[in-house]
Amino acid sequence: MKYTVDVLISLKKGVLDAEGEATKKALRLLGYKNVERVSSMKVFRIELNAKSREDAEKMLREMCDRMLANPVIQDYEIRWVG
Amino acid sequence: MEKGIFEIFGVMSMEPDEIRVGVVRIEGTNCEDETVRAFRMLGVFAEAVHLKQFYSDMIKDGESRSIWDYSCLVFPGGFSAGDYVRAGAIFSARAKSLLRHDLEMFIREGYPVLGICNGFQVLAELGALPGFDEDRPVSDKPEMALAINSSSRFECRQSYLKHENRGKCRFTSEYMKDEIVVFPVAHAEGKVTFPVGREKDFLNLLEENDQIVFRYVDSEGNYSDYPWNPNGSYSNIAGICNVTGNVFGLMPHPERVVNPWQHTDWMRMEREEGDGIRVFRSILKYLEKL
Repeated sequence: MKYTVDVLISLKKGVLDAEGEATKKALRLLGYKNVERVSSMKVFRIELNAKSREDAEKMLREMCDRMLANPVIQDYEIRWVG
Repeated sequence: MEKGIFEIFGVMSMEPDEIRVGVVRIEGTNCEDETVRAFRMLGVFAEAVHLKQFYSDMIKDGESRSIWDYSCLVFPGGFSAGDYVRAGAIFSARAKSLLRHDLEMFIREGYPVLGICNGFQVLAELGALPGFDEDRPVSDKPEMALAINSSSRFECRQSYLKHENRGKCRFTSEYMKDEIVVFPVAHAEGKVTFPVGREKDFLNLLEENDQIVFRYVDSEGNYSDYPWNPNGSYSNIAGICNVTGNVFGLMPHPERVVNPWQHTDWMRMEREEGDGIRVFRSILKYLEKL
């Protein structure tokens, strides 16, 4: 089966998100005073073949652990596309 | 002098002409030439070696290499693999998948492994630093991160560093304790970060084990915040070594200040040599001495 997945890499709570903060500041300068928080994230859209969804998820978690995320500062989330 | 690792493991001491340094490059590394040059200035053999030369069967006969061809490995500065995913993540994933076993053995046997700037990021992503476990010198997952600078900018300038190591680090034996040196920094991801909530434990352990090597200070030698600490590193840490002292990573660039005239104040301040050359001399002393 072919699966398409978005892997979202975000910063862990408590880790300074310099890009998010700078973006928030700029948005507020543009007049959007109602912006309370901006978090930056990275998305990898991955298309892969696997026997089952469970299999695919197992592999994706491994990919995150081994390279896509650094567990010291980052969390990851897997979202199925389509 | 404490008993050297080489004596424990039975590795013989080396003559200067037996020392071979490999500076490992992949696409996007860009400090390998000056790093090679720093070693050559001291009269030993050094070469830039592409990671592929360790494993690919597409390499010409005379160009294939093994880790064991070298007595010291260096991961140089640069933007390996374009800093995609995270700085150092791709380089370390490739090195880990191909060389983990050899690299662990290399480290366990006491051979020095140095990572400068992007190389420090590679060693952190590899799990070779902080390197608390002597028996497993490359951990399964990273235990620290070099996060995006607090300023959210690329910071590129001279930095003052205080040498705080009490003698564990094999790469700085030629520096006095509490000596202040100037190396340039040039990075956007250099903020030493430990797991949230466990920072203090990590710091205590690093201090206890004598693994802290350099800290950022101001021109008076005091711990100060930005801009003296260019990236917001926890506890002003600029460089650390592993628990056995033979893996060392630092964000500032010693290879960029090996000559006096490479310092920005070279017209005002007389130096016999650049502040950084002693990192390389320390490595050679370590290899020769045992």
